[in-house]
Amino acid sequence: MALLEIKNLQVRVEEREILHGLSLTVNEGEVHAIMGPNGSGKSTLSHVIAGKPGYEVTGGQILFKGDDLLEMEPDERAAKGVFLAFQYPVEIPGVATMNFLRTALNAQRKARGEDEFSTPDFLKKVREVAKSLNIPQDMLKRGVNVGFSGGEKKRNEVLQMALFEPSLCILDEMDSGLDIDALRVAADGVNALRSPERAMIVITHYQRLLNYIVPDFVHVMSKGRVVKSGDKELALELEASGYAQFEDAA
Amino acid sequence: MNVALVKTDKSRTGSDVFALARARLPGTGNVAEARAQAFAIFERQGLPHRRVEEWKYTDLRALMREVLPLAGTPDAAALARAKAALASVAVEGASKLVLVDGMFAAALSDASTLEAGVSVQTLREALEAGKAELLETTASDPMLALNTALATDGVIVTVADGAKLSRPLQIVHIAVASKASRASRSHVVLGNGTQATLVETIVAADGAAGYQANDAITISVGDGAALSHVRLMRDAADATNITSALITVGAKSKLNMFNMTSGGSLSRLQGFITLAGEDSDLAINGVNLLRDKQHGDLTLVVDHAVPGCTSRENFRAVLDDRAHSVFQGRIIVKPDAQKTDGKMMTRALLLSDEAEADNKPELEIFADDVSCGHGATSGALDESLLFYLRARGLREKQAQALLIQAFVGEAIEAIDDEALRERVIDTAQAWLEARYHE
Repeated sequence: MALLEIKNLQVRVEEREILHGLSLTVNEGEVHAIMGPNGSGKSTLSHVIAGKPGYEVTGGQILFKGDDLLEMEPDERAAKGVFLAFQYPVEIPGVATMNFLRTALNAQRKARGEDEFSTPDFLKKVREVAKSLNIPQDMLKRGVNVGFSGGEKKRNEVLQMALFEPSLCILDEMDSGLDIDALRVAADGVNALRSPERAMIVITHYQRLLNYIVPDFVHVMSKGRVVKSGDKELALELEASGYAQFEDAA
Repeated sequence: MNVALVKTDKSRTGSDVFALARARLPGTGNVAEARAQAFAIFERQGLPHRRVEEWKYTDLRALMREVLPLAGTPDAAALARAKAALASVAVEGASKLVLVDGMFAAALSDASTLEAGVSVQTLREALEAGKAELLETTASDPMLALNTALATDGVIVTVADGAKLSRPLQIVHIAVASKASRASRSHVVLGNGTQATLVETIVAADGAAGYQANDAITISVGDGAALSHVRLMRDAADATNITSALITVGAKSKLNMFNMTSGGSLSRLQGFITLAGEDSDLAINGVNLLRDKQHGDLTLVVDHAVPGCTSRENFRAVLDDRAHSVFQGRIIVKPDAQKTDGKMMTRALLLSDEAEADNKPELEIFADDVSCGHGATSGALDESLLFYLRARGLREKQAQALLIQAFVGEAIEAIDDEALRERVIDTAQAWLEARYHE
């Protein structure tokens, strides 16, 4: 059974159809890159998988571990192992990062019928992960993402990914707003999480990110569909020739 | 027709209530005269209504309708019920002064084990001794006038010059009688150089319902003094509570006030604060947590009467169902009060389409070298924040609760005392959890 199976997905936002019958299969352990020009529907796809309100699914299906993902609330999807690393992580003043992380982790564990983490175990785990990602302790005491730089926000997303141990990670434009050093730190964090049980969907406009997170498969999206799929060579090909050739194909 | 109207108006003004209570109210001579004068002022206006500018959003004629008869003196059974209620609200280590239906309950209070420098007398004793000045007020307001007329009892707390209290003083108001009113008047006088924490807790004994509290407190903060004042209003769900606070601050002092209203169906806290000495700092933080058809009003008049003082008002309302929150803030800067720095901010969080928040900030500035400002916002929880939290595994109400805590947390953080701050956070959390388990 595939981890994620998207069949002929059609999605509208208000009156406009954004995805026109998208299909994609992701198995455990695979890293898929989704590339495409602005407006091709990449972010819409990530939002629909995570359950963001405001999108109307008018056709098709998303199966996750064999279950109908579209029937689940966003928190149920998270507990089941879906993790979306946001393109623009929000700032939440007044909610301390530590408190947020513990509440979220224990909510997921509780939903899965697992024991909640004790405070010492939780702290130990967070400190370990934070250290590996170069996240200073004082950042964890601040409000969630409040006053964080672009790089810090993305590292905080990777921190959560490491903590929640999801089976599917969707990285939405992780490279946006990052300089090369910040990108390398975030990408190293992501690579450390690659495992035979975990799949990733890396959404990006540029090939650059894929030098750091090397995908097994590359899909090109245009106008709400996957128009071409291949291996990592396809990304290099795109870098050379641009997206224009696919605009017509779609 | 005319006769009927007159009769209705008469019951509304509470004439019967005053006539009935008069004989048992403490004090004669000047005291009785002060009561009669105050009652005449109240009777001329009756319960304030929407055409009275200060009461525009809290129309007592429509919402309260009548003044109920004063509660009787609590008997042994009433005191036992009050004692049970006291157990859950007593602040650890505090010197408790307990008023039951507005009357001092010595048996429930710690008046005999007060810290050095603190003395307590009851209002009843003082009025019986003819101290009519205790009924004088620095503000003019119909409900305050009614309180003056009916003031039954209260505590007079004096903190001697230089006393730095290590334990909080806690005034606990407990309602026991149902379908009755109360009128307490307390005085807190802090001498020069004092430091104190004053907690006011307002609750109902189990089973007390449909009562009306019309309380008043005067607080005088001396020079070079520091007072932290925390008030928690948790009256019964169908109770009315109108409280007037008359506060005067001396020079080079700090007054840090916090109020949280989560109880009562109809409530108003009206604070009249005069900064009477130079170079003092005033901070007022307030939180209203309202649901169902609760109506909660915080009205503040801050009078910068002298130069060089700062005032900060920060108010947060969380409104669910058909709740209605009112914030009225007036900052007055007198002609001499140069270098005044006065700011107020009010924010309302609407959890329901039917909730309502009214904000009325006013600045009356008669000096030319000042910095004053106000701001107001109201709106729903931010959808993008909610989605972020839900995408991390928090259920909808859990995500809302976390954001609401953060919203009120910015006001609660201003409480100096850590244990009190925790207690307020717990109260807010209990409110959220009740919502969460609906």
